[in-house]
Amino acid sequence: MSKRTIEILVGLFVLLGLAALLFVALKAANLTSFSSGDTYQVKARFDNIGGLKPRAPVRSAGVVVGRVTAIGLDPKTFQGVVTLDIDRSFLFPKDSSAKILTAGLLGDQYVGLEPGGDEKNLAAGDVIKQTQSAVVLENLIGQFLFSKAADAGAEAGAGGKK
Amino acid sequence: MDRIAALGARILAVLRGWGHASLFFLDLLRALPQALRRFDLTVVQMHAIGNRSLVIILASGLAVGFVLALQMYYALVKYGAAESLGLVVNLSLVRELGPVVTALLFAGRAGTSLTAEIGLMKAGEQIAALELMAIDPRARVLAPRFLAGVLSMPLLAILFSAIGILGAWVVAVGLIGIDAGNFWSIQQSGVDAWRDVGNGVAKSFVFGILCTAVALYQGYETEATPEGVAYATTRTVVTSSLAVLGMDFILTALMFSTP
Repeated sequence: MSKRTIEILVGLFVLLGLAALLFVALKAANLTSFSSGDTYQVKARFDNIGGLKPRAPVRSAGVVVGRVTAIGLDPKTFQGVVTLDIDRSFLFPKDSSAKILTAGLLGDQYVGLEPGGDEKNLAAGDVIKQTQSAVVLENLIGQFLFSKAADAGAEAGAGGKK
Repeated sequence: MDRIAALGARILAVLRGWGHASLFFLDLLRALPQALRRFDLTVVQMHAIGNRSLVIILASGLAVGFVLALQMYYALVKYGAAESLGLVVNLSLVRELGPVVTALLFAGRAGTSLTAEIGLMKAGEQIAALELMAIDPRARVLAPRFLAGVLSMPLLAILFSAIGILGAWVVAVGLIGIDAGNFWSIQQSGVDAWRDVGNGVAKSFVFGILCTAVALYQGYETEATPEGVAYATTRTVVTSSLAVLGMDFILTALMFSTP
């Protein structure tokens, strides 16, 4: 085989490899979707973040508008501090509220943003004041049992008086 | 007393082997600039190492993609998570199977031929002839092959992963009937380009250095007899496979230990 043919074939091989890298990075990974381009950061404090993880989506009306970038614990109030990176093209009123929700029954958790009615918008570094924590299944069951027990107690009390 | 002396001799021999191999590796690295200066030699080697491995890499990648998708589907469908089939296949290919299986195939396909080629060069006293002509065989023979192997491995590994994902797409979307939009979008939200794909490429780069250096070392240090070359070829496959598997554990622990 002549040197020219070999060089062409090697060039083809390298191009094929780079095309595969591009394919994996763009089509099968998140390089295109929401990189850290034009975003602003706000924080939200939650009593309980449940199973929220960094890189979880931030959605408003179900549409992804940003991502969770960091999760920490405030050492004084013992609240979870969640840092949200939100796309600059979406401005939310200052009194918007954040909830931790679950996609589907067993799906991943995400942050839901609900816009408020304030005329001023959230700016970089702001803290979202109104938050709703993640639903923890054990707490929910505990509450349910507690209310059942209370009902049963009330019934037993009423039955005794009869 | 004799036994203690024999044990000592064994330990010294092992240490000497390690030292010898490390010095050889340093020599290889030192000869790399010369390989860059004569890049045409490297290109010819890339054809022998990279292009000629393409068929086996692509065929294995496609088969692994098919089988992974079929197998994972049976497990995932029980939990109603069949949609994330693509994500499971993608992550296992990009993080682990792509780099590791490519390195194992590479050791068998390209590593052995490197060892046999250089071993036979040595047996035919071509290496000695080069030295006689004041040409450094490390710069002229070994360094271009080393560079070609190190450059080819990441390319082959990412091709393996890409064709595997395509194979999984054929099975998932074509055979099983998973929605194509979901197939890709779940991957895009679950696979990180830098953390997963980038680390996978970094892994295969390390494996490229390992496999090629082992193959060249075994060839260069072979006994100059037909049995010696045969033995060196076997050792290339065994040593590089074990080295890849061991190194993979260390690299995975370093790269992916934090969630």
